[in-house]
Amino acid sequence: MNVLAVFGEILVLLGTFFYFLSALGLIRMPDVYNRMQTSTKSATLGSLGVIVGTGIWAVGKGYSPAWVVQTIAVAVFLLLTNPISAHALIRAAYKSGIPLWEGSVVDKYGEHIKAKESDSENVKLAEIVPEEGDKE
Amino acid sequence: MIGLNVYLALIAIATLLSVYRVFRGPTTVDRLVAVDIMTTITTGLMVLFALYYGRMIYISVALVYALLAFGGVIAFARYLEGGL
Repeated sequence: MNVLAVFGEILVLLGTFFYFLSALGLIRMPDVYNRMQTSTKSATLGSLGVIVGTGIWAVGKGYSPAWVVQTIAVAVFLLLTNPISAHALIRAAYKSGIPLWEGSVVDKYGEHIKAKESDSENVKLAEIVPEEGDKE
Repeated sequence: MIGLNVYLALIAIATLLSVYRVFRGPTTVDRLVAVDIMTTITTGLMVLFALYYGRMIYISVALVYALLAFGGVIAFARYLEGGL
Protein backbone atom coordinates (compact mmCIF):
# COMPACT_ATOMS: atom_id res chain seq x y z
CA MET A 1 0.00 0.00 0.00
CA ASN A 2 1.14 3.48 -0.84
CA VAL A 3 2.47 5.87 1.80
CA LEU A 4 0.21 8.69 0.62
CA ALA A 5 -2.86 6.47 0.80
CA VAL A 6 -2.03 5.41 4.36
CA PHE A 7 -1.45 9.03 5.41
CA GLY A 8 -4.71 10.12 3.81
CA GLU A 9 -6.64 7.32 5.51
CA ILE A 10 -5.22 8.29 8.89
CA LEU A 11 -6.34 11.90 8.28
CA VAL A 12 -9.82 10.72 7.28
CA LEU A 13 -10.05 8.53 10.38
CA LEU A 14 -9.07 11.45 12.62
CA GLY A 15 -11.59 13.68 10.86
CA THR A 16 -14.49 11.29 11.27
CA PHE A 17 -13.52 10.79 14.92
CA PHE A 18 -13.72 14.55 15.42
CA TYR A 19 -17.14 14.53 13.72
CA PHE A 20 -18.24 11.98 16.30
CA LEU A 21 -16.82 14.10 19.14
CA SER A 22 -18.64 17.19 17.90
CA ALA A 23 -21.97 15.36 17.82
CA LEU A 24 -21.23 14.02 21.30
CA GLY A 25 -20.67 17.57 22.53
CA LEU A 26 -23.99 18.50 20.95
CA ILE A 27 -25.67 15.89 23.15
CA ARG A 28 -23.64 16.35 26.31
CA MET A 29 -23.45 20.10 26.94
CA PRO A 30 -26.05 21.93 29.07
CA ASP A 31 -27.04 25.05 27.10
CA VAL A 32 -26.94 26.38 23.57
CA TYR A 33 -23.76 28.43 24.00
CA ASN A 34 -21.73 25.47 25.27
CA ARG A 35 -23.16 23.27 22.54
CA MET A 36 -22.12 25.75 19.88
CA GLN A 37 -18.66 26.06 21.43
CA THR A 38 -17.92 22.34 21.47
CA SER A 39 -19.59 21.27 18.25
CA THR A 40 -18.54 23.98 15.80
CA LYS A 41 -14.82 23.93 16.56
CA SER A 42 -14.44 20.17 16.40
CA ALA A 43 -16.66 19.87 13.32
CA THR A 44 -14.45 22.40 11.50
CA LEU A 45 -11.31 20.49 12.45
CA GLY A 46 -12.93 17.19 11.48
CA SER A 47 -14.02 18.44 8.08
CA LEU A 48 -10.50 19.75 7.43
CA GLY A 49 -9.13 16.29 8.20
CA VAL A 50 -11.70 14.43 6.14
CA ILE A 51 -11.52 16.67 3.07
CA VAL A 52 -7.73 17.13 2.83
CA GLY A 53 -7.23 13.47 3.77
CA THR A 54 -9.54 12.40 0.95
CA GLY A 55 -7.47 14.40 -1.53
CA ILE A 56 -4.20 12.85 -0.35
CA TRP A 57 -5.78 9.38 -0.33
CA ALA A 58 -6.97 9.87 -3.93
CA VAL A 59 -3.46 10.81 -5.06
CA GLY A 60 -2.16 7.72 -3.28
CA LYS A 61 -4.71 5.59 -5.13
CA GLY A 62 -3.41 6.87 -8.47
CA TYR A 63 -5.82 9.67 -9.38
CA SER A 64 -4.53 12.99 -10.70
CA PRO A 65 -2.98 15.59 -8.32
CA ALA A 66 -5.81 18.00 -9.14
CA TRP A 67 -7.77 16.18 -6.40
CA VAL A 68 -5.57 17.80 -3.75
CA VAL A 69 -6.13 21.27 -5.21
CA GLN A 70 -9.90 20.89 -5.32
CA THR A 71 -10.16 19.41 -1.84
CA ILE A 72 -7.95 22.14 -0.38
CA ALA A 73 -10.25 24.72 -2.01
CA VAL A 74 -13.28 23.16 -0.28
CA ALA A 75 -11.38 22.95 3.03
CA VAL A 76 -10.32 26.61 2.93
CA PHE A 77 -13.88 27.64 2.12
CA LEU A 78 -15.21 25.67 5.11
CA LEU A 79 -12.48 27.08 7.36
CA LEU A 80 -13.51 30.63 6.42
CA THR A 81 -17.30 30.30 6.53
CA ASN A 82 -17.92 27.95 9.46
CA PRO A 83 -16.90 30.38 12.25
CA ILE A 84 -18.89 33.16 10.59
CA SER A 85 -22.11 31.14 10.60
CA ALA A 86 -21.46 30.02 14.19
CA HIS A 87 -20.92 33.60 15.30
CA ALA A 88 -24.09 34.79 13.57
CA LEU A 89 -26.12 31.97 15.14
CA ILE A 90 -24.88 32.55 18.67
CA ARG A 91 -25.42 36.31 18.36
CA ALA A 92 -28.98 35.59 17.29
CA ALA A 93 -29.36 33.32 20.32
CA TYR A 94 -28.14 36.05 22.67
CA LYS A 95 -30.29 38.75 21.03
CA SER A 96 -33.41 36.58 21.20
CA GLY A 97 -32.94 36.30 24.95
CA ILE A 98 -32.00 32.68 25.61
CA PRO A 99 -30.65 32.58 29.20
CA LEU A 100 -27.18 31.33 30.08
CA TRP A 101 -26.69 28.10 31.98
CA GLU A 102 -26.91 28.66 35.77
CA GLY A 103 -23.33 27.45 36.21
CA SER A 104 -21.91 30.07 33.85
CA VAL A 105 -19.24 32.26 35.41
CA VAL A 106 -18.74 35.23 33.10
CA ASP A 107 -20.85 37.12 30.55
CA LYS A 108 -18.57 39.56 28.74
CA TYR A 109 -21.04 40.36 25.96
CA GLY A 110 -23.76 41.33 28.44
CA GLU A 111 -21.30 43.56 30.32
CA HIS A 112 -20.30 45.16 27.02
CA ILE A 113 -23.92 45.88 26.09
CA LYS A 114 -24.61 47.38 29.54
CA ALA A 115 -21.50 49.59 29.35
CA LYS A 116 -22.51 50.77 25.91
CA GLU A 117 -26.04 51.67 27.08
CA SER A 118 -24.79 53.58 30.12
CA ASP A 119 -22.28 55.43 27.92
CA SER A 120 -25.00 56.52 25.53
CA GLU A 121 -27.16 57.67 28.45
CA ASN A 122 -24.26 59.72 29.79
CA VAL A 123 -23.78 61.29 26.38
CA LYS A 124 -27.46 62.21 26.21
CA LEU A 125 -27.30 63.79 29.67
CA ALA A 126 -24.19 65.75 28.69
CA GLU A 127 -25.99 67.02 25.62
CA ILE A 128 -29.12 67.98 27.53
CA VAL A 129 -27.55 69.76 30.53
CA PRO A 130 -25.76 72.64 28.72
CA GLU A 131 -28.88 73.38 26.66
CA GLU A 132 -30.86 73.84 29.85
CA GLY A 133 -28.10 76.06 31.18
CA ASP A 134 -28.32 78.21 28.04
CA LYS A 135 -32.06 78.60 28.40
CA GLU A 136 -31.72 79.69 31.97
CA MET B 1 -5.98 -0.08 6.58
CA ILE B 2 -9.32 0.01 8.33
CA GLY B 3 -11.47 0.73 5.31
CA LEU B 4 -14.33 2.95 4.32
CA ASN B 5 -16.96 1.24 6.49
CA VAL B 6 -15.54 2.54 9.76
CA TYR B 7 -15.52 6.13 8.52
CA LEU B 8 -19.06 5.83 7.23
CA ALA B 9 -20.17 4.29 10.54
CA LEU B 10 -18.64 7.16 12.54
CA ILE B 11 -20.32 9.70 10.25
CA ALA B 12 -23.65 7.89 10.61
CA ILE B 13 -23.40 7.90 14.42
CA ALA B 14 -22.56 11.62 14.42
CA THR B 15 -25.50 12.39 12.14
CA LEU B 16 -27.88 10.35 14.30
CA LEU B 17 -26.78 12.21 17.43
CA SER B 18 -27.36 15.53 15.61
CA VAL B 19 -30.83 14.38 14.54
CA TYR B 20 -31.56 13.57 18.20
CA ARG B 21 -30.65 17.14 19.11
CA VAL B 22 -32.82 18.49 16.29
CA PHE B 23 -35.88 16.68 17.65
CA ARG B 24 -35.11 17.25 21.32
CA GLY B 25 -33.58 20.72 21.44
CA PRO B 26 -35.49 23.12 23.71
CA THR B 27 -35.00 26.29 21.67
CA THR B 28 -34.93 27.12 17.97
CA VAL B 29 -31.24 27.98 17.99
CA ASP B 30 -30.45 24.51 19.40
CA ARG B 31 -32.08 22.87 16.40
CA LEU B 32 -30.35 25.30 14.05
CA VAL B 33 -26.93 24.53 15.57
CA ALA B 34 -27.57 20.82 15.05
CA VAL B 35 -28.58 21.42 11.42
CA ASP B 36 -25.40 23.48 10.91
CA ILE B 37 -23.28 20.59 12.21
CA MET B 38 -25.18 18.18 9.96
CA THR B 39 -24.44 20.28 6.87
CA THR B 40 -20.74 20.37 7.77
CA ILE B 41 -20.74 16.59 8.17
CA THR B 42 -22.60 16.16 4.88
CA THR B 43 -19.96 18.21 3.05
CA GLY B 44 -17.27 15.81 4.24
CA LEU B 45 -19.47 12.86 3.29
CA MET B 46 -19.89 14.21 -0.25
CA VAL B 47 -16.12 14.52 -0.65
CA LEU B 48 -15.72 10.93 0.59
CA PHE B 49 -18.29 9.72 -1.96
CA ALA B 50 -16.42 11.58 -4.69
CA LEU B 51 -13.43 9.37 -3.90
CA TYR B 52 -15.65 6.27 -3.64
CA TYR B 53 -17.05 6.78 -7.14
CA GLY B 54 -13.73 8.07 -8.47
CA ARG B 55 -15.15 11.26 -9.99
CA MET B 56 -13.53 14.60 -9.28
CA ILE B 57 -16.56 16.61 -10.40
CA TYR B 58 -18.45 15.55 -7.25
CA ILE B 59 -16.13 17.69 -5.13
CA SER B 60 -17.60 20.74 -6.87
CA VAL B 61 -21.03 19.54 -5.75
CA ALA B 62 -19.74 19.54 -2.16
CA LEU B 63 -18.39 23.08 -2.62
CA VAL B 64 -21.73 24.37 -3.90
CA TYR B 65 -23.55 22.58 -1.08
CA ALA B 66 -21.30 24.22 1.51
CA LEU B 67 -21.92 27.63 -0.08
CA LEU B 68 -25.71 27.23 -0.06
CA ALA B 69 -25.73 25.91 3.53
CA PHE B 70 -23.68 28.92 4.66
CA GLY B 71 -26.15 31.30 3.04
CA GLY B 72 -29.09 29.50 4.58
CA VAL B 73 -27.66 29.55 8.09
CA ILE B 74 -26.79 33.26 7.81
CA ALA B 75 -30.34 34.01 6.63
CA PHE B 76 -31.86 32.06 9.52
CA ALA B 77 -29.61 33.80 12.03
CA ARG B 78 -30.58 37.24 10.69
CA TYR B 79 -34.24 36.23 10.88
CA LEU B 80 -33.97 35.10 14.50
CA GLU B 81 -32.08 38.26 15.39
CA GLY B 82 -34.99 40.27 14.00
CA GLY B 83 -33.12 41.98 11.20
CA LEU B 84 -34.65 40.29 8.16
